[in-house]
Formats: sequence, C-alpha cells, structure tokens
Amino acid sequence: MRTAPSRSRLARLAAVAATLALAAPAATRAQEPQKFRIGVVTFLSGAAAGPFGVPARNGAEVLVEALNAGKAPAPYAKAGIGGRPIELVFLDEAGGTTKQVSEFRDLVQRQKVDAVIGYISSGDCLAVAPVAEELKALTVFFDCGTPRIFEDASYKYVFRTSSHAAMDNVAAALYVTEMLPKAKKIAGINQNYAWGQDSWNDFEESMKQLRPGTTVTTSQMPKLLAGQYGAEISALMAGSPDVIHSSFWGGDLDAFVLQAVPRGALKKSTAVLTCGETATHKLGGQIPDGTMIGARGPHGAYAPENELNKFYRAAYQDRFVLSPNYPAYHMAQSILGLKTAYEKAQAAGAANPTTDQVAAAFEGITFETPSGTIKMALGKGHQAIEETVYGQAKLVKGKLTFVNVKRYPAEKVNPPEGVKSADWIKAGFKAK
Amino acid sequence: MTSFRRTTLGLGLGLLVLGLAAPLLPKWALFLVTIAIGKGLVALGLLLLMRTGLVSFGQGLYFAAGAYAAGVGSQGLGIGDAVPMVLLGGLVAALVAAVLGLLLARYRAIFFAMLSLAFSMILYGLLVKTSALGSTDGFNVAPRTVFGLPAGSGLGRYGVYALAALCAFGAAVGLDRYLGSYLGRLAPAVRDNELRVEYMGASVRNVVHLNLVLAAALAGVGGALTALAVGHIDPEMAYWTTSGEFVFVAILSGTSSVAAPFAGALLLELLRSFAYEHAPNTWQLVMGAAMLAVILFLPEGLWSIFRRRRRATT
Amino acid sequence: MSTILAVLVDGVIYASWLFVIAAGLTIIYGVMRILNMAHGSLYALGAYAAASLAGAWLRAGWAPMGSYAMLLVAALLVGLVVGPLVERGLLRFCYGRDEVVLVLVTYALFLMIEDAIKLAWGVESYFVSEPYGLLGNVELGPLSYPVYSAVLVLAAVVVGVALRFGIYGTRYGKILTAVIHDREASAALGVNVSRVYLVTFTLGTMLAAIGGALTAPTVSVVPGMGVEVIVLAFAVVVIGGLGSMQGAALGALIVGLVRSAAVHFFPEVELFSIYLVMALVLAVRPRGLFVAAEARKI
Repeated sequence: MRTAPSRSRLARLAAVAATLALAAPAATRAQEPQKFRIGVVTFLSGAAAGPFGVPARNGAEVLVEALNAGKAPAPYAKAGIGGRPIELVFLDEAGGTTKQVSEFRDLVQRQKVDAVIGYISSGDCLAVAPVAEELKALTVFFDCGTPRIFEDASYKYVFRTSSHAAMDNVAAALYVTEMLPKAKKIAGINQNYAWGQDSWNDFEESMKQLRPGTTVTTSQMPKLLAGQYGAEISALMAGSPDVIHSSFWGGDLDAFVLQAVPRGALKKSTAVLTCGETATHKLGGQIPDGTMIGARGPHGAYAPENELNKFYRAAYQDRFVLSPNYPAYHMAQSILGLKTAYEKAQAAGAANPTTDQVAAAFEGITFETPSGTIKMALGKGHQAIEETVYGQAKLVKGKLTFVNVKRYPAEKVNPPEGVKSADWIKAGFKAK
Repeated sequence: MTSFRRTTLGLGLGLLVLGLAAPLLPKWALFLVTIAIGKGLVALGLLLLMRTGLVSFGQGLYFAAGAYAAGVGSQGLGIGDAVPMVLLGGLVAALVAAVLGLLLARYRAIFFAMLSLAFSMILYGLLVKTSALGSTDGFNVAPRTVFGLPAGSGLGRYGVYALAALCAFGAAVGLDRYLGSYLGRLAPAVRDNELRVEYMGASVRNVVHLNLVLAAALAGVGGALTALAVGHIDPEMAYWTTSGEFVFVAILSGTSSVAAPFAGALLLELLRSFAYEHAPNTWQLVMGAAMLAVILFLPEGLWSIFRRRRRATT
Repeated sequence: MSTILAVLVDGVIYASWLFVIAAGLTIIYGVMRILNMAHGSLYALGAYAAASLAGAWLRAGWAPMGSYAMLLVAALLVGLVVGPLVERGLLRFCYGRDEVVLVLVTYALFLMIEDAIKLAWGVESYFVSEPYGLLGNVELGPLSYPVYSAVLVLAAVVVGVALRFGIYGTRYGKILTAVIHDREASAALGVNVSRVYLVTFTLGTMLAAIGGALTAPTVSVVPGMGVEVIVLAFAVVVIGGLGSMQGAALGALIVGLVRSAAVHFFPEVELFSIYLVMALVLAVRPRGLFVAAEARKI
C-alpha cells in the first residue's frame, strides 16, 4: 500500500518541481527552437463537419506531421515552419459568429498562438477579420468563399489562400456555354443563405453576359439543411430547363442528388454542381453521366500530378483511406502559404521574424501547393487566385471518372485587382 | 435599510468591482464580461417576464432588432458614437415589442413562448432574405467613438466595457425600482391569478404589454452592446437556438435577484469557453449535462446557493 | 393545371413526412405536457439506425425488399431502447416542474444526443438509398414520382388511423384519455400513471424514429439533420393545437400545402411561409385549430 507523503516531503517535492519548472524551459529553449503554434478552426460538429471541417482537420494533421518530420518534398523540405516544430490547436467552428470572435480572442490573447488558420463559414470570416486586425494576429482564411472580405475592406494581418466564390460560378457559366452550345433556359436550386444567394446571382449574371437571351425558369432557395426537396424538384422539372445550377454542399447536396436522380430530373436537364467534388467521394455511383462538377479550384481529382500532390494524397490516403477532398487541399494551401511567408521573412534577415515581418512577407507571394501555383494577387496581395477546373461525370465500370475536363487560368475567372467581382461580371468581365 | 437601498448598494458595489477589475482583467476576459453583460441584459428582461408568468422563446427577435438598429444606425445614418447606438437599439426593440405586443399580450404559457418563437423566426427569414444587410453573412459594426473617445484605440475596448457595465447597473437598479412600484407588483399578481387582478380594476393586458416592451428594450440594449463588442451582426441572433440560450440563462439564474442574470450569463460564457477548449468534440455534451445538473439539483436557480447559505448563517 | 396537381402531390408527400414526426411530438405533449425539443434528435437517431441496419442488410446481399423491414425494425429498436432510457433515466425526475423547465430539460437532452450520435457514428454521412428507387416511378403528367413517396403517404395514414383507433377504440386508449384530462384523479382510481408515461414516451420516440427511418433512404444521414425538423414539427403541432392528433394531421397538411405552393409560385417567400402561417393561425385561434379555450380558474 502506498502511504501519503508527509507534509515536509510534499514541500520539498514542490520546491524541486518549481526549480525544475523554472529551469526547464530556459534549458530547452537554448537547445531546440520554440514551437510554432497554429490555432486551426474548422467545423468539428454539425452539418459542415463531415464534408468540410473534418477532411480539412485531417489534412492539417498529416501535412503538419510530415512537415515536422522534414519529409515534405521541395520546396518545403525544411522542418516545421522556419525550423520551428508546428503545434496545432484545434477548435470547433460551430456555434455562430459571437462564439467564434470570442474563441478567436481566446486563441490569440490567452493561448498565445502564433497564427490562426481557419473558417469555412463566410460569416465567421467577415466577423473575425476586423478582430484579427485589432489584435494584430496573423490570420489565414482557408476555405470561406465570400468576395466581400477583401473587396469591402483591406487588412494587414488577414490573408486568404484560396480563391473567392465568384470564380466558381463564372467558370461554371463559361463551362456551360462551352459544353452546351444551345443551352438557353437555366434554373437554380441554392441554399437560402449568403453563399447560395451569391452563387446564384453570379451564375445568372455570368450566363446573361456570356449568352444574351438566357432565361431563368425558376430559382429555388430552400432553407439550409432542409433535406426534403420534393416540391423543389417538381418546380425545377416543370420548367424543363437546359441547365440546373446548384451550389449545394454536404448533406443537402447528397439529399438533392438522391431525390432528383430517381425522378429523372438530372437526366432531362444537365446539372452544374459548383461544390460537387465533395459529394463524389461517397456518392460517386449515383451521379448521372454528364453532370458538371466543380471543386472550387484544381483540387481532388482535378489536382495537377505534381510531386507535392502525389506526396499529399498518399500521406492522406495512408491514414484516412479516402482521398483528400477540396477543403483538405485548401487547408494544405494555407499551411504552405504561411510556411512560405515565414521562411521568406527569415531569408530577409530576421531569424525569428515578428508577426509584422511575416505579414509583410506574405503580401503578394506566389507559392507551390498540391493544387498547383497560388498567387496572392488580389486585395493588395492578401487574396489568392488560382486556376479552376470543371469536368463532366462519367461512370466507367461503376467508378466515377471525369471527362471533358477544362482548366481555366486564374486571371480569366477572377476579377483584376481593385475591381469588385459583381461589377466585373456585370461589365462583361472587363474592368470598368 | 429598505430592500431597494440595499440592492442599489449591492449593485453599486458590483459596478465598482467591475470598474476596478477592468485594468487587471486580461483582454480576453474583458471581452467575455462585456458579452456576458449583453446577454445578461436579455435574461434580465426574461426575469421580468417570468415574474409575470411568461417565458418567451423569441427574445432573439428583440436582441437582433437592437443589434441591427445599432448597426444600421452606424452604417446608414452615420451615428458615430457608441452611446446613441445602444440607445437606438433599445428604442427600436421596444417599438417592435409595442407593435407585436398588441397580439402577444393575449397569449400565455406555451402559446406565448411559441408565438414569440414564430415572430423571431419570421425576422430571421426576413434578414436572411435581405442582401442589403448581408444576408446570413451579416455585416461589421464599428463605432467611431465611445463616450467621445476614439474607438479604434486600445481605450475603445474599455469604453465598450464601461458602457456595458453602466447599462447593466442602470438596468438592474431601474428594474429593481420598477418591481417595487405599483405596476411592478402587479406582475406576480398576474402570474398568480389574472382574474383577481382584473377584479381589482387593473388591466392584465396592459401590464403584460408594458412588461413585454420593457423586456424587449433590455434585450435590444443587450443586442446593441453585443454587436459593439463582437463587431459583427448576423441573423443568427434571431434564430431560435439563441433565444433558447437566453431562457437557459434566465432559468439558471432564477428570478430572485436582479443581479443573478448577469452572474448566470457570465457563468455560461465561462463554461462554454472551457468546454470549447477542453472538449472541442464533445462541448455540446458538456453543456447539456451542466444544464441538466442545474435544473435537477438547483431548481431555484444558481442564486439559491447564496440564499440558502445566508439563511443558514442567520 | 399540372402545376396545381404538382402542388397537391408535393404538398401531401411533405405533409405525410411531417405528420409522422409531429404525431409523436403531439402525443408526448398531450399526455405528459412535455414539449420535446429532443424530438428532432430522436428522429436523427432513427435515421442513423435505419441507415446502419438496412445498409448492413443490403451489403450482406440479402433480398433488397427486406431493407424496408429493416428500416422499420431500426425505428422500433430506437423507440424501445432510447424511449424508456430517457423517460426512466431522466424525465421522471422532472415531472411536476414548469412546462418551460421541461422544455429546457429536453433542450439539454437534444444537445447531449447530438454529441452522442457524433460519438457513435462520427461526422461522416451514411447512405441507404436503395429502398428509394427500388419500387420504380409513376408518371404524373410531365412529372415523375418515385413510388416510395406513396409508401410515405401510406405510412402516415396507417400511423394516423392506428393512433386514432388506439386512443378511441381500446381500453388502454381510454386510460390514456383519462390521464390526459386529470392525472391525479386517474391515479386515485388506480391507473398506473407512471406506466402510462413510460408507454407514451416510448411510443412518441418510436414515431420520431419511424419518421427518421423512412426519411433515411431519401437523404444522406448527417449530423445536424434533426435541428431543422424540431422547429417544423413545433409549427405543425402549434397550428393544429398542442396535444391534438387531428390537429397534427391538419397542421401537417396545411404546412405541406402552403410550403409546396410557395415553392411553385413564390419561391422567395418559402423560408418564412411556415412561420407566417403559424402566426396567422395563432392570431385567429390562440390555442391552435383543435384545442378549445380553457376555462379560467379563479
């Protein structure tokens, strides 16, 4: 039996522990570099966790592990971030903007992370950006879509390493006009919130610019997570449009496809699914041939066969069996962008660059990722542009493949610097 | 000493503590307290309703109305200072309640709760549809000044915090005073037996209507303060889960003291912050279990701990 | 003309789906005076169980028609396990408390079940779409509907008729009615009220789970699928009158038709059409369509 230590022994133990605690960090600090702590905020619960949040978290885990071990291919062979091992602090993005702003402050001011990477919801990005600026905290948005962040304001410490959503729908319209020369009747089904509304407006306007005389049979806006689309599908079918546009994602997209396919709605009309890629991983066999699938950039099956992609996909599949989907690719872009900026600041002469130095180095950089080259070209060097890809689904022996794959260069589907996306589209894709 | 004086003194002490603590509090805690006060104000309004025998599952409606009024006032009407923004928030929320109250004041019990919920969901739907207000993404709110001081500076945070503390003090003292007045004393009478109140010659509907408006004004001020602290507004503020959280704070706090809602709101914020950090995958489980524990073991709310102890010592 | 037909058909299908869920909610409220916020989570549990069980059945390569039976078995299992667990383990300690407190108890339960589901099934989506397409389609003018939708309507009718017969045509139903009207008097007359509560809650849970199980083939089963359902079901039972079975049926039909008409004619108001109807009905009939005003006690 263990006896309780006497009080004096306890006191002595405490003293030793205290000395150790005081001495230890000083000693280790001299030997190994301080950790680089990144707060990673993605959906760990709720509807966006399965298709977006968790794949992104998984991607961050495998990539950071490889980076820390120095196993990533060039140009990222240097261990960690600038030689500092990376430590990730995960947080759930669920709970609304008030909660997110509160947690962001907590991450920066109490947990003292060196940078924050995160946010799938555009609302969270919009709310967090000014707070990041106020706290002078280096913040990288990895997935949220709204163009408003850098079009309505400008920030010094905030970056987004993926393209904004206007690109998805402009490219969708370009692809539709290219592949379906006669399509003139369009319809839409989008979730009734900012993402769905913006996506539809951009697509409709782009179609009208690219093909004057385009008519809209119906624009359905069911509630987010509605799950039941019987009436909407009837309304879509009633107008027999050539094209059905949808920016659905996650469970809603799955449910829509599952309910529309048996009724033949996606055979009579061609669907263009701007976020379709996340559904292809599990729902592949159900998607009718000819359906146009986007991946919000050159991700997943559309990613280029470069060394980085081979490494990333293999590392991800090794651990999680499924291949990484586009949010996982977006996450990799953010981590690699941050690493590039930090190491650029180091190369400029600062061994331990300050946040200001890293932010300054981040502006306007170009870097390589598993999805190809990313250019921080918009929003005064804070907003990335990347190429984007659309293709059509085709089942070959029960396995989903993509045919008629078209790549659109970043400059063709993104507005030029200083021009708002909506104005750019309205002006017929010309700067005013 | 009268109970009113004692409460005022206690609340004054609370205000003093809040003021003295400000420079000592870490910045994240400053923010947490400001948010807790914003939500505490809504729960204070619910306390008044609960004393009248009503529970609203739609206080998010007035919370959001106050926040949007402050935001639109600042962005659209060019109001630069935080103080008029907060006042505008309270006023607009009160006006909304004055109109809806014409209908709502006829309802009781679960029907009152559900009709309030329906109204708040209608507002939610309208806001989601209004792209001029940013739809679900909402928009950012930043006052130019707080009490005339530039808000952009580090002082701005303290300014908003001070404003929140003053609002909480004013609201708590005012409500305590009101509860002791003739009209205020009618509230529990309405809860206990409406017919008797009417036989006394008082109008039940007017009492309910007035209390609705007061509760809404408090929720509106709370919404505006929250908007100032967070710096962002979105329709989620009108969603039913937000309202549910307010009811939880009110039940957690109990109806016995006007200070309790603020303590309850602070506790909830701390608990959630803790749950997020230490159980990022199961924070809902932690919150749910904590709620059940309070309901099962502290049926009179958290404040009952203090009262029981006081009773035990005297 | 065909549009009106589509509005009716879509509306009735949606109403059937709603009714199965709302029936459970209203029976629990009617007997126990608990407005169950966790009802949506029970619905989600039913969907998860159905997707797992029917999915396993189909993967095993057994007759696809058997998957329908599996959907039902899953729902019954959820009802029989979770219902008594929640009622005996939690709710019975809360009887006699204020209705609003009970709403909060079930709200806490809702939060906990959401995470429990996540712990059990993860955040990945589950599919069991085969039963949806198995029965083929029917053509109605230019539109085509899966026969499975008719199964849904049939299920709603069966549930409605069975509940009506159960309440008005059996001895147990009469006991139930007695408990609804006066709990104390029934207890004094020897009715085992706590058993009635147990049976009622289990039945309500089962109905929620059946709703979820029947929905599972038409959706991907994902976290958060129960959240939207709660408020919808609330709207239905409040419109019809809390605790009234006819009310739930009529409420579901009204909501289904209004929503379907909104989708076909004014898609931009779909989001709040249901709440607008609810507010309008309550403005005219403060206690819903099927509940008479209560006498005021002096």
